[in-house]
Amino acid sequence: MFCRTMTALAVLSLLGSTHLAHAADKPTDPQIAHIAYTAGIIDVEAAKLAIAKSKNKDVVAFARDMVRDHDAVNTQALALVKKLKVTPEDNDTSRSLVKAATVERAKLDKFDGAAFDKAYVTNEVAYHKQVNGALETLLIPSAKNAELKSLLETGLKIFQGHEQHAEHVAAGLK
Amino acid sequence: MVLQLKAWISVVLIMGLGSIAARAETIRVTIEKMVFTPAVITAKVGDRIEWINKDIVDHTATVKGRWDVVISSGKAVTLQLERAESVDFYCRFHPNMKGRVTVTP
Repeated sequence: MFCRTMTALAVLSLLGSTHLAHAADKPTDPQIAHIAYTAGIIDVEAAKLAIAKSKNKDVVAFARDMVRDHDAVNTQALALVKKLKVTPEDNDTSRSLVKAATVERAKLDKFDGAAFDKAYVTNEVAYHKQVNGALETLLIPSAKNAELKSLLETGLKIFQGHEQHAEHVAAGLK
Repeated sequence: MVLQLKAWISVVLIMGLGSIAARAETIRVTIEKMVFTPAVITAKVGDRIEWINKDIVDHTATVKGRWDVVISSGKAVTLQLERAESVDFYCRFHPNMKGRVTVTP
């Protein structure tokens, strides 16, 4: 219960502090690239913590999937920005994401065993939900370059898969 | 890693056995942008499915408790259908990817 409340608080503070929810602030392509890349790195970092801490084989397998997929998507994103000669541009949304993730990771690190597994997986469901919502309602509609838009669309489908996968893992943690 | 290895071993074994099956057809299933195409497959016992993964991420074609084929990004893997059955398959890494295969005798 405590763990669920903590996660809910973390999600609320994340939503409250980022600009993701405001469709009026249309990010530029260099900003979109930065946000998407940053969101991927954050999930890889969380996954690495889970691989180091968890003893649950489903949780560790899920975390390994996150590292592999987000690394693959980010490698593709880097290749694309290089090809397009776009320099990803840091912005308030990226900074808020990093700030919130740092807080979340510090919280996660205090848990161990089953409590850690539950906190990590619950956060993975919430985090993917949040990022997928942002991709769907803001980042994809705002992207001007067709190739960037296409990569984001594929990314969304991959991350929707992660969200479902995380839900399955969460259901198995009872 | 162990799972992947197991999948590979079973695939290699199946491919070895497959060489004695006569007139077996190979059905190509392409995975692109997180979709199996075709997603609904009909085949006969002894036919093979060649899974071709054109995505940037690894996928699986999994039937719970039956088979689990890992198809790495950019690779193709063949599975021989050994049993008459109608089963739903999905990607273990991305459960939003689904399909169905009906195998007749």
